Amino acid sequence: MELLYFGDKGWGDELFFATLMTIAVSITAMIIGFIFAALFTPLKLSNNKFLNSIGNAYTTVIRGVPELLVIYLFFFGGSGAIMFVASIFGYNDYIEINAFLTGSFSIGIISGAYSTEVFRGALQSIDKGQFEAAKVLGFSKYIYFFKIILPQMLRLAIPNLSNVWQITLKDTSLISVTGLVEIMRQSYIAAGSTRDPLFFYSFAAVLYLMLTFLSMQLLNRLETKYSKGY
Amino acid sequence: MDIELMTNSFPKLLNATLITLKLLSVSLILGLFIGLGFAILRMNNNKLINKFAYGYSYIFRGTPLLVQIFIIYFGLGQIEYLRTTFLWVVLKEPYWCAIIAFSLNTGAYTSEILRSAFQTIKPGYLEAGRSLGIPSKIIFTKIQIPIAIKQSLPAYGNEIILMLKGTSLASTVTLMDLTGVAKYIISTTFKPVEVFIVAGGIYLFMTFIIHNIIKYLEKKYGFQT
Repeated sequence: MELLYFGDKGWGDELFFATLMTIAVSITAMIIGFIFAALFTPLKLSNNKFLNSIGNAYTTVIRGVPELLVIYLFFFGGSGAIMFVASIFGYNDYIEINAFLTGSFSIGIISGAYSTEVFRGALQSIDKGQFEAAKVLGFSKYIYFFKIILPQMLRLAIPNLSNVWQITLKDTSLISVTGLVEIMRQSYIAAGSTRDPLFFYSFAAVLYLMLTFLSMQLLNRLETKYSKGY
Repeated sequence: MDIELMTNSFPKLLNATLITLKLLSVSLILGLFIGLGFAILRMNNNKLINKFAYGYSYIFRGTPLLVQIFIIYFGLGQIEYLRTTFLWVVLKEPYWCAIIAFSLNTGAYTSEILRSAFQTIKPGYLEAGRSLGIPSKIIFTKIQIPIAIKQSLPAYGNEIILMLKGTSLASTVTLMDLTGVAKYIISTTFKPVEVFIVAGGIYLFMTFIIHNIIKYLEKKYGFQT
């Protein structure tokens, strides 16, 4: 247990901050994923064949390729791509993007593909009459979407979104390969310097279990809140 | 676009795909047995056995695969006792460590898939079997298992694809699988996009094949239950 003391002697505080980092990356990735989902869900539902195939390509490629490969693409290719864009604007110095952004962005793209599928499924299972009724009653576009369609969609989407959250949370462990100090990376460092990998990796497993357990409790509460009235 | 790099790296990546496929098939077969075993335990009426099986699947589904591989590869080697047993022959090889981690992981997911498949079998089938005087062993192997396989095919197909992506983690324990070789080429040439297109294309092709095989099987074994 000495290994977990806070302060200089143990790894308690380091692991605590690493856990916060994991949570921060997961939440950022989830939000980035929502932005991607908001962009690609309309494409997947569009009648235009070209737009439709863009949406399908996004979800098929990201869900068919290993997460690690996507992370390597952004880790090795990210700063190159940004420097290329910057050079167009006449900025030629070396730009290094930080590991947090690369990590959350790559996990976000992955989580976005799953969220897109969830939102698409939820939108498609809303009763058609709801769309028609809202249109016939002449609601403004804002009320039509935010007050009528979105609440119904969220109710259907939340159970599946909590699955996406679990996947995203576990995927953040892969960012450790880029050197971002989250739970996995910190355990790797601690295991290396104390030569006690069994303890630290098992402790990392416990931390992940705690995170998944606690977030499930919260999400279940959210689920009951949104399914009120049904 | 460096087309030359793409054509040069293609054979190397294709070679590495063999390791990926080997990892995938061995761990899927082992995982299927583990999953079936734990699914049967899950349906046991004994609460303790039931809790044990639930705990297994909860732990393996609630933690990242990376942690599981690291515990088995880096962690287990630390136990002095294990080094003296025959298990050490297996555990010092990264290949077998990866296979153990993958099998246990996919076993946990498979047990959940099979459990829900068994539970959706209508009780009428079992009652009909029992009333015809068929021994319960044969009811299990000839009635329950075929229906369960059919019920679980779509979910199991997803699991195979998830596992295919999961094998990429073998590259973190020094195995040169498709992702491992792709990373090596990226880090020596600094051309991530080209390598990503080739390696990703191979993965997508495999996903496509698996998807179609499952679809074919679903059609072939699709009887109404």
